[in-house]
Amino acid sequence: MTYLAAHPARVAALAAAHIELVAVALAAALLVAVPLGLWAARRRNVAPWLLGALGAIYTIPSLALLAVLVEWFGLGYTPIFVALVLYAQFMLARNVVAGINGVDRAQVDAARGLGMSPPQILLRVEFPQALPVLIGGVRIAAIAMISIATLGGYVGGVGLGVLIFNGLTLHQPQMIIAGSLAACALAITVDAALRLAEANTRIS
Amino acid sequence: MNAAQIAFEDVVVRYPGSGRNAVDGVSFELHGGELVVLLGPSGCGKSTLLRTVNRLVPLDGGRVVLDGRDVAELDPVELRRSVGYVIQAIGLFAHMSVAQNVAVVPSLLGWTRSQIAQRVDELLALVGLEPPAYRNRRPSQLSGGEAQRVGVARAIAARPRALLMDEPFGAVDVLARTALQRELVRIVRELETTTLFVTHDVDEAFRLADRIVVMRDGRVEQVATPLDLFDRPATPYVRDLVHAGDDVYRSYFVHARELLRTANT
Repeated sequence: MTYLAAHPARVAALAAAHIELVAVALAAALLVAVPLGLWAARRRNVAPWLLGALGAIYTIPSLALLAVLVEWFGLGYTPIFVALVLYAQFMLARNVVAGINGVDRAQVDAARGLGMSPPQILLRVEFPQALPVLIGGVRIAAIAMISIATLGGYVGGVGLGVLIFNGLTLHQPQMIIAGSLAACALAITVDAALRLAEANTRIS
Repeated sequence: MNAAQIAFEDVVVRYPGSGRNAVDGVSFELHGGELVVLLGPSGCGKSTLLRTVNRLVPLDGGRVVLDGRDVAELDPVELRRSVGYVIQAIGLFAHMSVAQNVAVVPSLLGWTRSQIAQRVDELLALVGLEPPAYRNRRPSQLSGGEAQRVGVARAIAARPRALLMDEPFGAVDVLARTALQRELVRIVRELETTTLFVTHDVDEAFRLADRIVVMRDGRVEQVATPLDLFDRPATPYVRDLVHAGDDVYRSYFVHARELLRTANT
């Protein structure tokens, strides 16, 4: 706590960079996972294979994956960014599939019979009803990403991990504690905010 | 004005991945403003046949002609917007209010806000739901009978030229069903919308139909008015079907209805 009290601006700046990294990676991950999940949800025989493959990526130890990515991309921002996007795929795509497949078939049949085009059915009926489930996936992914992003400090990236790994090398437990506490606080805040969003989009 | 003519011409629908035909060479016509009931046991092809009209089911043979045009030549989305559709599972959109549900087709067709608001109130009143009390409710706050009233209002919102109803009252309790049947007849008479109505309930068919089409194994057994069907069944199957149940009641019913009809015209 002493480090945190002595260098609030430094911790705040690293926390801001941490949030930015996770937010950008989450946005990029959604750009991949949402179309992938929609595609898989339409094909019942594809979904288990796709989710199985994404689940396999999810089981790779993060430090090992990061080591491989550093081989390809070098040190810095890119390896941790790519790792975050890859890890998030499983949690996001799985919830897109579950959300879309969970929509009442009668409503989809009615939408078709009333003359909605396939994109209108997706945007006006399926997506609004799948949204709470998708936000649930975003919440789980965001928490995991905030935690995994600390490894970025190890590969010369940005964020609160810098404090933790500098603390390790410099034998400064106060820095490690400051970085960890800040990361925990971020995760708890994001979790609470997304829980609220999830509850607000749920249909009574 | 909204009274479409619908003609089925030797319609064939094959079950995917099977040699059997779900609909096996069906031909008959619906005249403008007529309420025709497709009657038969489950699996006889009646729902499949109904769903060929708005192209939810593709044909493997024959034609469905709506107002002189083969539906296969029409844009399916536009076609469906011009034909009302009501299903047993109702399928109200759970994330929309009652008013938004009723407004779906008018808003797809680009009506203005005020046109839509006015039409929604008009329709809710027509199906017996007080607009101020029901407009802003969610589907989860409705009883089964109320939900299907909204389903009917949604189907007729944009003044469709024909109305397709697939066992619409099958999941509704008996009291609500009787009220809905009575009001449906009133509404269809008032709007003069050509209506195709699927049911397996013989009494429901007798209560609603101008003419009944009895189906079995994808084929038509008989097309007749309720009275003719009752008094002159064409096949042993039709005779067994219409004379199973309370024969005396049904006999009084079809004859009384015929008397009323002739007295009114």
